[in-house]
Amino acid sequence: MEYMTTLSSGSGFWHPLLWLTAFVVVVVLAVIIRSFGARKYKMDTEQTKPFLSGNDESDPNEIHVRAGNLYWGYLETLKGYYEKMISLHTGNPADYLLWLFGVLALVVLIGLLA
Amino acid sequence: MSFTQHTPALVVGIPLLFAFALPLLGKIHEKIRNGLAIIGMLLTSATGLYLAYQVFATGAMAYVFGAAAPDLTIPPDSGGIPIRIIFSIDAFSAFMIVIISIVGLMSTLYSLATEKLRSGQADFFALLLLLVAGVIGMVSTGDLFNLFVFLEISSLAGAALVAYRIDKGLAVEAGLKYALISTVAGLFFLLGVAILYGQYGTLNMAVIAQNIRLSRLDIIALVLIIVPMAMKCGAVPMHMWTPDAYSRAPAAITAFLVVSSQAGMYVLFRMFFTMFNLNLNTVTFGWVVIILGVLSMFIGVTMAIPQKDVKRLMAYHAVSQSGYMLLGVGVGLATLGNKELLDACGRTAMIGGIFHIMNHALYKGLLFLTAGAVIYTTGKRYLNDLGGLGHTMKYTMIFFIIGALAIAGIPPFNGFASKFMLYESVFLFNPFIAIIAIVVSILTLASFMKVFHSMFMGPKLPQFSEAKEVPASMLTAMGVLALLVVAGGIFPDIIVRNIVEPAVNALLEQSQYIGLVMGAK
Repeated sequence: MEYMTTLSSGSGFWHPLLWLTAFVVVVVLAVIIRSFGARKYKMDTEQTKPFLSGNDESDPNEIHVRAGNLYWGYLETLKGYYEKMISLHTGNPADYLLWLFGVLALVVLIGLLA
Repeated sequence: MSFTQHTPALVVGIPLLFAFALPLLGKIHEKIRNGLAIIGMLLTSATGLYLAYQVFATGAMAYVFGAAAPDLTIPPDSGGIPIRIIFSIDAFSAFMIVIISIVGLMSTLYSLATEKLRSGQADFFALLLLLVAGVIGMVSTGDLFNLFVFLEISSLAGAALVAYRIDKGLAVEAGLKYALISTVAGLFFLLGVAILYGQYGTLNMAVIAQNIRLSRLDIIALVLIIVPMAMKCGAVPMHMWTPDAYSRAPAAITAFLVVSSQAGMYVLFRMFFTMFNLNLNTVTFGWVVIILGVLSMFIGVTMAIPQKDVKRLMAYHAVSQSGYMLLGVGVGLATLGNKELLDACGRTAMIGGIFHIMNHALYKGLLFLTAGAVIYTTGKRYLNDLGGLGHTMKYTMIFFIIGALAIAGIPPFNGFASKFMLYESVFLFNPFIAIIAIVVSILTLASFMKVFHSMFMGPKLPQFSEAKEVPASMLTAMGVLALLVVAGGIFPDIIVRNIVEPAVNALLEQSQYIGLVMGAK
């Protein structure tokens, strides 16, 4: 059947339906294992609230991890790269055109020399 | 004479007709205005999809404007030269028309809700239809000057739409930048066309392709055409207009601007494969495209990660994803002169790259629409201002997850299918580049994890306690795109075999394109 065929890359293949079948089997197994767990969880009770050493839960705005807090280490490590890259993105349309002219000149040169 | 013979003309004629009718008839009543907008786009999409079906089922079509018969490409008294404007629609054009039809319709449907309470809707939808007509024209025409005209239509309509919702002047600035860049790029393009016209005395692409000699002037003309098109598709280092324009345009327009940029990529590939093909030093130019692709992939994704504006972040990802398409087709171009290598990896890389055009249009369109939905509900676009929306915008969150996993190349979504073909084929060509492509996908996943967490995760924030899910037409547009992203991932082979491979074959077989015009009666 047509829909049962695989996507070939020449050196390998990808069969999404097989992958999905395997995925569903793993999910079903996970659900079965989970069903052996203790059934003490009660929705909307004290159980579901975070325990903060007895302190009240803070304002949601204070505890939410913002985008600016994520990947700090990554950005700090690549600080030099980002300083250079961000400084190249000036927002000035004249610079945008300069890049166009530069690439045009370079590719013309490459084309003529090739 | 049957109606179906004229679908190539109708697919551009219908959006143009509705675009000009809307500002007039739209003044009568808002229902008439909205009806015209959606009916115009529905008819355009239906005609486009039917035209694509015709091409995939029966082969490429040539349509001659103003001739006694639509397929009379060379009139008996013309001395063997096609003298009229001809649309040459082969499988690659049809492939692009399928993408335009789907994303155009979803963008219009989505806009009905987002623009509901705003002024100037008749002109907004008129410009959107003009943009659609321009982009369809770009991928349909077989005439270089006509291509320039459609390029200008799409650029001007696109710039006007970017600036349409003034947004304290920021959108106007972005629109002006887009207009300036497009105009200068268009002028270079026109200069390249003029040089070719001076050399060969014709503007018909098939005739020029048949007679190309590859003089120094030809190479200069080629570069004057392809570099502006590389800029239009957002290739690094000419990508800087992309985050400006994409982030400030209304979300539905941004979704369609992605397709508009891909039309620039279509022209780029058309020039290389259809116009010049093996006359060119394909290894050198193939590597030029590969380098542009690798730079776009890497710089696009690394610049996306620190962004705080959700749409600006997604715009940098659009740059990054364009890199994959350039990489795939660049490998195809670099191996074009070596049949063994082309069969071993070049053709598959091209299939992956072209397939990625469609996948990217769908999942990036979806992602921009989800970002628009969040902005529509909260009025906030900066990730640091958002959070906890998963509690109230469950459908939008699910659609975002589908789009985010697809762009990161996670199975079983469509982005994985095309990236899988790219990774494996590019690895055979140059393992180092394939590794870069995989690393870029990992960084893409990391970036979208940040967006997902920032927008949807965390506790329900009090300032968004009143936030609710977006209207049905917006959900429908996102839902259809999400469905296509999933379907493309689960049944990629059907799409590749029936749509993508014919498109790649159309690019590789230059003689068929020439024969379509020169070999007809």
